[in-house]
Amino acid sequence: MELGAELREVERLEGHGDRVWSLAWNPAPENCGRAPAMLASCSGDKTVRIWQPTSSGAWDCSAVLEDAHNRTVRSCAWSPNGKLLATASFDSTIAIWEYIGNDFECVATLEGHENEVKSVSWSASGLLLATCGRDKTVWLWEVQPGNEYECVSVLQGHSQDVKMVQWHPNLDILVSVSYDNSIKVWAEDGDSDDWHCVRTLNEASSGHSSTVWALSFNTTGDRMVTCSDDLTLKIWNTGLEDYDSWRHLCTLSGYHDRTIFSVHWSSEGVIASGAADDAMCLFVENQDHSVDEAPYILLLKKEKAHDMDVNSVRWSPKEPSLLASASDDGVIKLWELSQVS
Amino acid sequence: MTLGLINANPVVRETKKRIARAEDPHPDDAVDPLDVFDSVRDIRDPEHPYSLEQLSVLSEESITVDEKLGRIQITFTPTVQHCSMATVIGLCLRVKLMHCFPPHFKVDIKVSPGSLANEESVNKQLNDKERVAAALENPNLRQLVDECLYSNELYSY
Repeated sequence: MELGAELREVERLEGHGDRVWSLAWNPAPENCGRAPAMLASCSGDKTVRIWQPTSSGAWDCSAVLEDAHNRTVRSCAWSPNGKLLATASFDSTIAIWEYIGNDFECVATLEGHENEVKSVSWSASGLLLATCGRDKTVWLWEVQPGNEYECVSVLQGHSQDVKMVQWHPNLDILVSVSYDNSIKVWAEDGDSDDWHCVRTLNEASSGHSSTVWALSFNTTGDRMVTCSDDLTLKIWNTGLEDYDSWRHLCTLSGYHDRTIFSVHWSSEGVIASGAADDAMCLFVENQDHSVDEAPYILLLKKEKAHDMDVNSVRWSPKEPSLLASASDDGVIKLWELSQVS
Repeated sequence: MTLGLINANPVVRETKKRIARAEDPHPDDAVDPLDVFDSVRDIRDPEHPYSLEQLSVLSEESITVDEKLGRIQITFTPTVQHCSMATVIGLCLRVKLMHCFPPHFKVDIKVSPGSLANEESVNKQLNDKERVAAALENPNLRQLVDECLYSNELYSY
């Protein structure tokens, strides 16, 4: 099968004074001013930057969010309505920023984690926030009126540093990935409103053999992809209500030769990965594949996408072929994917 | 934190004779194992007033460089099997290499096989970029690393 695809660099965003760890596209930028797109980035320089296209088409840094964290800002996530940005830091806190009068103001600080917070994720409803960190726990926070956040659960189960949490796109199901090499699924017990671990995907379930760094669901939530220090990406069937039936579908190996830090599934079904080999890969479903063929295949590999490790890859929610990447080199790049026939 | 030194009586050896490399056969930016060794041999052990070379924690042979791929691999041997300073030594090596070599070099640091009881878990920690970054933001740890890297002037003979 001939796959002609090209990933073209369209923009280079510089400004951060240290490595860029994470990126997040605003899902509803229309709620934050006039620009059609808004990208948040967070860095070892302890700040968060907001980037937007100007009327000329060139991108600009429209805001620098500082003074809320006194250590690396590791991760950021927009609320579903695009009006709030949560930022997670090595300083063990989470800051909540609100778009007020053309600027971002820190309206809340969430404390509780014992040490570095590594990831933050909003549930589809926008009513719950999940965070995780080196203290091996996952915290669930309920969003209440007046910028109040109440911790409703501290989930224990991982035996090591939890690297990322991500909510299912439609249901109140949370997935976490960890330095303990496992993936855990958390859900609320129907009767008791208690959150607990409903499934663990570890090496025995065809899971990873080293630190799992990231996960991403597809749009419908019936597939999930994870990436790891074991140099593979794994695709999981998560479409079943019975968590015990969630299973490994496919392992993608041999595409990266160093730790894979980030993975993201686009609304058009393209999986992007970013790794410590400075490269990015794109994978798609192998349509009409036969039983002995791989269900997912490489669309293209971009070697030397950056001068250093790629830490984050994120597809734009508004423009499905626009991809953002962030690196240890302090640079953020925007790429356009085009399918050449 | 243990009260006494982990290894109260380390074995100290003579340092390898240093050969002046006046005629450098390599172009300016080429890196070889001796360049790497020269940059780390004098790092002071966190517990003793001796260098990592003097304590046989490191040697030139324990370093490999792939110039083309831009990779440096260092293997070090802690002085005792249950060395809690292994992660500190690993951090010191990483910081020194970050300062001395271009940023595109990828560095892998491991303890030599069989030299440490918890070898796998130490290797994993030493090569987790996020854990390393967070550790270096810890002021106490950073200070210890800086002392190991820069106070060797006090102990040179």
